[in-house]
Amino acid sequence: MAKYLLLKHYQGAPAAVNDVPMDKWTPDEVEAHIKFMNDFATRLEDTGEFIDGQALSPDGVWVRYDGEGRPPVTDGPFAETKDLIAGWMVIDVDSYERAIELAGELSAAPGAGGKPIHEWLELRPFLAAPPTVAE
Amino acid sequence: MDDVELRALVPRALSVLVRRGADFATAEDAVQEALVRALSTWELERPSDPQGWLITAAWRAFLDMARSDTARRAREVRYDTEPPTGVTPSTDDTLHLYFLCAHPDLTSSSAVALTLRAVGGLTTQQIARAYLVPESTMAQRISRAKRTVAQAGLDCLGDARTVMRVLYLVFNEGYSGDVDLAAEAIRLTRQLQALADVPEINGLLALMLLHHARRRSRTGADDRIVPLAEQDRTQWDTDLIAEGIAILHAALARDQLGEYQAQAAIAALHADAPRFEETDWVQIVEWYDELLRFADTPIVRLNRAVAVGEADGAPAGLAALAEVDGDIPRREAVAAYLHEKNGELELAARLYADAARNAPNLAERDHQTRQAARLNQQLRPDR
Repeated sequence: MAKYLLLKHYQGAPAAVNDVPMDKWTPDEVEAHIKFMNDFATRLEDTGEFIDGQALSPDGVWVRYDGEGRPPVTDGPFAETKDLIAGWMVIDVDSYERAIELAGELSAAPGAGGKPIHEWLELRPFLAAPPTVAE
Repeated sequence: MDDVELRALVPRALSVLVRRGADFATAEDAVQEALVRALSTWELERPSDPQGWLITAAWRAFLDMARSDTARRAREVRYDTEPPTGVTPSTDDTLHLYFLCAHPDLTSSSAVALTLRAVGGLTTQQIARAYLVPESTMAQRISRAKRTVAQAGLDCLGDARTVMRVLYLVFNEGYSGDVDLAAEAIRLTRQLQALADVPEINGLLALMLLHHARRRSRTGADDRIVPLAEQDRTQWDTDLIAEGIAILHAALARDQLGEYQAQAAIAALHADAPRFEETDWVQIVEWYDELLRFADTPIVRLNRAVAVGEADGAPAGLAALAEVDGDIPRREAVAAYLHEKNGELELAARLYADAARNAPNLAERDHQTRQAARLNQQLRPDR
């Protein structure tokens, strides 16, 4: 088994094919999308491939240490931030091919006009613990 | 005896052990162990005196722990294995336990965890699941909390106010995992109410009951939010509402108003309306004004603006909203609602979209997105 992180971006990913903001969809299209997302996670739980999924608020700041006895420096939020992560899902699957397959299915979530969004998702393999049998 | 009845015996057992001289942390572990033993053995044969059984089992567990601890330190200390007889734990001891777990030196999350374990008798695993954190994290949080309480000593205990805050936090966490935290908070507040005769505790209990009564109607399929105006009021639990209102009236009659009583009064006025249109918004605004005397926060003012909008019309609500300070959560959602009510649909649709983007949780984000989509479809029906 191998763990993968599926990342969804608010911005920074290449434009989706069906790129209409959600509030411009009809209520029924919004409904269909929410249902698809819920069903997707439930299905992965059923197949034993789901680990965790969380959505992130778009608000965020940069923070860094500023030396002994001083409070950390914060900066932002930056409206012009190029890359903004919207959420993640961690999956545990048998193969790279399966991870690609699932990311493809998730990207097909319905959007405006009930058609797939074709949204770009980022797939990142975990650096796992070294195997017991190394050679 | 079910799990809840069993756990109701926990605070007394714990307070007896502490009064017999056991240190708090070990006593708490001992009661947990006795509780686990009770769960496995009582199914076969229920003791005639469950409280006495639990106290005895916990005392024995404490002695075992103290012995192995002593052995480790290579000391010889003799304990009497039989617990002193004829001890009836007093209500003061149990109340003391509540105050201990709401010790002002504890952070909110530690006080909550310790209260659920020591007073509520929940296992670490149950608490961890309820708060969606790993069990080892929750175990660490609880043991640190016990250390803090032990070090801080008993001179500076929490008071009714800190205890109520802890219970309110538990209630607000709602339901996740296999423990219904809202129901647990109500149980612990009932228990507290029986120990201490304070109108605000009654107000808190009434507030919880009145909100709990509406719980089933507040979410629909897929845990979607159902706003107050659209809730199916036939699903409201009329027994809980009647109880909450009776408790509130008795508290209010004593003329020691506080923020929980004021909040409960607002909840009671909602619960009292047979239909949304029959809500007595004028009185609700008056109660918000009372509430401001005790808790003048932007959140209270924001909620008041909604009530003003219903009582005196959208322009008045927007004027009230303009006076709310700061960039607080849900401000855009309230602004969107009031502007829609005021007929400014384009602006409202934009604000709903902003509210969705800045929503503090997924259910609210979905709800605000639906609102934006609804208005946008109304504005552009051709799509």
